[in-house]
Amino acid sequence: MHPVNPVYWLFCLLFGVFAASAAEPPRPSPLKSGIEFASEDLRKLQADDFANPGMLWVARGEKLWNEPAGKTGKSCAACHGAARQSMKGVATRYPRIDPGAARLVNLEGRINLCRARNQDAEPLEHESEELLALTAYVAHQSRGLPLDVAVDWQNRRNFERGRELYHTRIGQMNLSCSQCHDRNWGKQLLAETISQGHGNAYPAYRLEWQTMGSLARRIRACFYGVRAGLPDYGAPELLDLELYLAWRGKGLAIETPGVRR
Amino acid sequence: MLARISVPEQARRGEVMEIRIAVRHPMETGFRYDNFGRPIAKNVINTLVCRYNGAEVFRAEMGSGIAANPHLQFYLLAEASGEIEFSWVDDSGNRGRQRAAITVTD
Repeated sequence: MHPVNPVYWLFCLLFGVFAASAAEPPRPSPLKSGIEFASEDLRKLQADDFANPGMLWVARGEKLWNEPAGKTGKSCAACHGAARQSMKGVATRYPRIDPGAARLVNLEGRINLCRARNQDAEPLEHESEELLALTAYVAHQSRGLPLDVAVDWQNRRNFERGRELYHTRIGQMNLSCSQCHDRNWGKQLLAETISQGHGNAYPAYRLEWQTMGSLARRIRACFYGVRAGLPDYGAPELLDLELYLAWRGKGLAIETPGVRR
Repeated sequence: MLARISVPEQARRGEVMEIRIAVRHPMETGFRYDNFGRPIAKNVINTLVCRYNGAEVFRAEMGSGIAANPHLQFYLLAEASGEIEFSWVDDSGNRGRQRAAITVTD
């Protein structure tokens, strides 16, 4: 029998510690979409394609898709044809790095980039009826498909910043996203059940807003909820967070247009 | 004003048809205030009418109690082929109109 080599065991211990700290934080298990925390009435409303108020924006988006835009006078359909085919699966891969802009963009941002590059059109304003309509229409073409963002060498830094922010205490209430949505989902907060905080149903119609809103609007509302300063629409921290949320919700089916309270 | 309507394309004479309409409208109640404390003016769709081949078959007179983006549903008896037409007006005078063709078979 050989004597135990202390250097060998020290190396194993250190390697084990390093490996553990580099592991991804646990995702909620089992993964549940926000609709599973909603009331029976809300579930019925979302499932009814006519009564679902978000479908009004999807319908508007379909109109806009076929309308000429910008100085070129080309519609989205002129290049992309029928969205049902060309946009299928697209929303599952966002946010992603846009090679031309060399930065992270979400679906809203990508639509505006397309307008600028290919239609010579002005960008649509954040939370405008038109941008919500087009985003909802495009995302709707991926309804039922699972979220599937890739975290690779291109967006690794964005992902890490998003993850960092998710686990950072913020605001007067000094709460992190993780404290509610990882550790206390399923429990009650002011008579409402805390969801896991996924974005798979956005843009969504929220009863509180009585209108359609983007994921960015919903995240800003959460910042407001913990009495933290609201990041601007389009701010890099908001996009990094959206990327982290998309990774965290990987496998959940897109539900756009969602209906939420 | 964008609206979506649900009218069956075909029906048999005497059949009961489910008719639905959803209208994109904020239905501002008139009870809300903005961030400066100024009242936001009331603006709701006050009248919505449905005509079947020109004859009025449904009328809704609405007020602040109806939520935003109203969704209405009612039933009609299929009598003759032709057109089902919706028209509505809000407090600020904006009008909307939507129609669908219907074929009634014997």
